[in-house]
Amino acid sequence: MISIRNVNKTYEAKHGSVKAVENVNLEIKEGEIYGIIGYSGAGKSTLIRMLNGLEIPTEGSITVAGREISHIKGAKLRKARQEISMIFQHFNLLWSRTVTENIAFPLEIAGVPKIKRMQRVKELISLVGLDGRENAYPSQLSGGQKQRVGIARALANNPKVLLCDEATSALDPQTTDSILELLVDINKRLGLTIVLITHEMHVIRKICHRVAVMEGGSIVETGPVLQVFKNPKQQITKRFVQQVTEPEETKDTIEHLLSQYPHGQVIQLTFVGDGAEQPLMTNLIRQFPLTVNILQGKISQTQNGSYGTLFIHLDGDEEDIQKALAYISSQEVGVEVINNG
Amino acid sequence: MDEFLEEVKWDKLIEATQESIYMTSISVFATFILGMVLGLLLFLTNKGSLWQNRGVNFVIAAFVNIFRSIPFIILIVLLIPFTKVLVGSMLGANAALPALIIGAAPFYARMVEIALREIDKGVIEAAQSMGANHFQIIFKVLIPESLPALISGLTVTAISLVSFTAMAGVIGAGGLGHFAYLEGFQRNRPMITLVATIAILILVFIIQLIGDYFTKRTDKR
Repeated sequence: MISIRNVNKTYEAKHGSVKAVENVNLEIKEGEIYGIIGYSGAGKSTLIRMLNGLEIPTEGSITVAGREISHIKGAKLRKARQEISMIFQHFNLLWSRTVTENIAFPLEIAGVPKIKRMQRVKELISLVGLDGRENAYPSQLSGGQKQRVGIARALANNPKVLLCDEATSALDPQTTDSILELLVDINKRLGLTIVLITHEMHVIRKICHRVAVMEGGSIVETGPVLQVFKNPKQQITKRFVQQVTEPEETKDTIEHLLSQYPHGQVIQLTFVGDGAEQPLMTNLIRQFPLTVNILQGKISQTQNGSYGTLFIHLDGDEEDIQKALAYISSQEVGVEVINNG
Repeated sequence: MDEFLEEVKWDKLIEATQESIYMTSISVFATFILGMVLGLLLFLTNKGSLWQNRGVNFVIAAFVNIFRSIPFIILIVLLIPFTKVLVGSMLGANAALPALIIGAAPFYARMVEIALREIDKGVIEAAQSMGANHFQIIFKVLIPESLPALISGLTVTAISLVSFTAMAGVIGAGGLGHFAYLEGFQRNRPMITLVATIAILILVFIIQLIGDYFTKRTDKR
């Protein structure tokens, strides 16, 4: 659906030229949710803006939905842009228009007759869950509602690709989740290809199928999200993976682990402070005839000391497992049995 | 008091007020059109904008700055040859119009430019990303999104125009300025000057009220 080939983007600044994007190659498949993560200044914003021609690459070519965006201009580019919508960090709604009028805006641009326009707006309002707010002005909406208007507006002309430019960065965590769920829902229902850029690994983990990590204008790592999470290669990727903190993540992880290990027991150990420094695993393996399998672990440093969780899988006699659990409990380590085989 | 009021020729006052309203409304309308065009061009040809063009921007900015800087009373005198060609006379309300418009339009153009600059760049970009052409961006984004500021700017300009008409009146354009100066000051009838002043104040208040009403109504922020 999208192919980016050997793309470079150089800006002429006062003190020489600045390479914003350097030798980027990417293939994004139809119906995929593709995430590009990087810190600010990594070039991800420039890259996504080249996908709808808001920026033109200095070198290389970009093809989106069969059109070579990097080399078309004028009316052709405007027509192509109706198939590549974008949503923004700061929503960019027209404050002078109501919700209905904002959503109708791209339809007006495309020259859709009024009756059809209003019909389509109605569909979109219920698709994004804004029923009852049709005549509100953006100033009367919450951030999440504004982004819903942004999404409805982006979907109005039945695009093939949706570009999300830090679409959830201005929202609180709960609202972020609800917007991300909406994006997943749209992706499944309409088969829409979604490209999103973010600096939050949480966003990638939650909805993306594949991810590219950007640093200094180049893509340093790509792959399926699960693989990148399990086995981050670059230092920067590891940093991003670490970003995803405990409670949010565990729910999904547990579900995944339960389906992978039908036998034995999956146990979550919680270490706080000193507990994190004990040779617990060694003792466990020496004292009990069990297979101990470390599934996932993480220790984060906080202001009050270290905090870590470890997921292990114990397999063996039921009795031994119970004894082992009792032993762990006596070691000032939190134990939680996640399943019962 | 009654004696003083008898001095006032009411029919002449009404006539003068009508002339002032005539000059003000025509010049406000023309200033709005010309100022919008110049202001939009200033904004659009600016660096990083849709029609970025240094040359055009420089020429318009120079025109605006020059005509905004000339004191109005001098501008009228400077424009006498131009007005004679255009209107055919130097007397009457119509003869004041070219100077009024050329004096006020650059002033309003700057206000239009400032109003347009206040628009969030992201909104213009959003419209571009939807495939809007420049015409659509101007009429569906730039003007509606800056409307309250355009209206309040026009209100300020209209009030300046009222005082410009008074100045023009002294030179022979008629209206309340002419009435206050010739009938009041030069014939030593202070009451007439006072009444003319009150009439001008009422005119200004009405303009301000109308302007405020529409500014408020269009502002949905």
